[in-house]
Amino acid sequence: MAEAPVIDRNKCDGCGLCVNVCACNVLILVDQVVTVTEVERCDWCADCEAVCITGAITCPFEIVIQD
Amino acid sequence: MPVESRVLSENLYFSGLSLPELDSIKSFFSEMRAERGEIILLEGELADRLFFVAAGIVKLFKISAEGKEQTLEFVRPGGAINEVSVFDGGTNPASAQAMGPVSLYIISRNDLESILRDYPRVTLNVIKVLAGQIRHLVSLVEDLSFRHVIGRVAKILLEHAGDGARPGQRLTQQEMAAIAGTAREVVGRSLKTLEDRGIIKLERHRIVVTDKEALKQMTDARY
Repeated sequence: MAEAPVIDRNKCDGCGLCVNVCACNVLILVDQVVTVTEVERCDWCADCEAVCITGAITCPFEIVIQD
Repeated sequence: MPVESRVLSENLYFSGLSLPELDSIKSFFSEMRAERGEIILLEGELADRLFFVAAGIVKLFKISAEGKEQTLEFVRPGGAINEVSVFDGGTNPASAQAMGPVSLYIISRNDLESILRDYPRVTLNVIKVLAGQIRHLVSLVEDLSFRHVIGRVAKILLEHAGDGARPGQRLTQQEMAAIAGTAREVVGRSLKTLEDRGIIKLERHRIVVTDKEALKQMTDARY
């Protein structure tokens, strides 16, 4: 299964700004908490992380050295 | 949709105003909507109206001489997107684009000046907001001019990369910024610079170091 942005439900205040900026339309609010749907469509632009005031949604990068 | 006093009260400029005061000034505003991707303002244009974000997110950006887009800031509800040009009479220093569906409250310069004359509280709030922006920009200038941020970002990548035997550590751009002692936007800019130089590749949830030796040299970078 594709990687998804990481969501901390305790930090999410349901403001919806991340849903608003998601150009891939993979984020929705369910019971006032952000949820990722159709994760394969997420292009990892990390705009959701950039606009989140509470740090509830993050897009961590794994750092690897190419052989 | 009509302009709402409740939304105006969330704007830093109008912080501390009573409901009757907000009701009396909201008639100066009009509402405008923009869809995702829509350009609201262009860099270099003169501005005679101030735009506030009431809902949604607006991206402020510049285009370099080479045609590269540089994001300066995301403006959230409660923020203004072009106060610099409205207050100093110059042209817009950046362009503004709707990141998703956006609602904007607009006021003419003349009407804004009326409010500033009639409500000293608003004037003080504006001064505070502008002072905060200056402080943020001074910090960015210091970072970009003197602190060799790109070198610190390069160091972070080297220190947290996997080596085949063990997986690399996962870091968000915000975490890298905290380690490097800089702003998230500066980290993003540094990563793009490293990618443009062919030293790393930004993939979906992975940063791949393609030229480890060049990255090591960047740890001594002065820019």
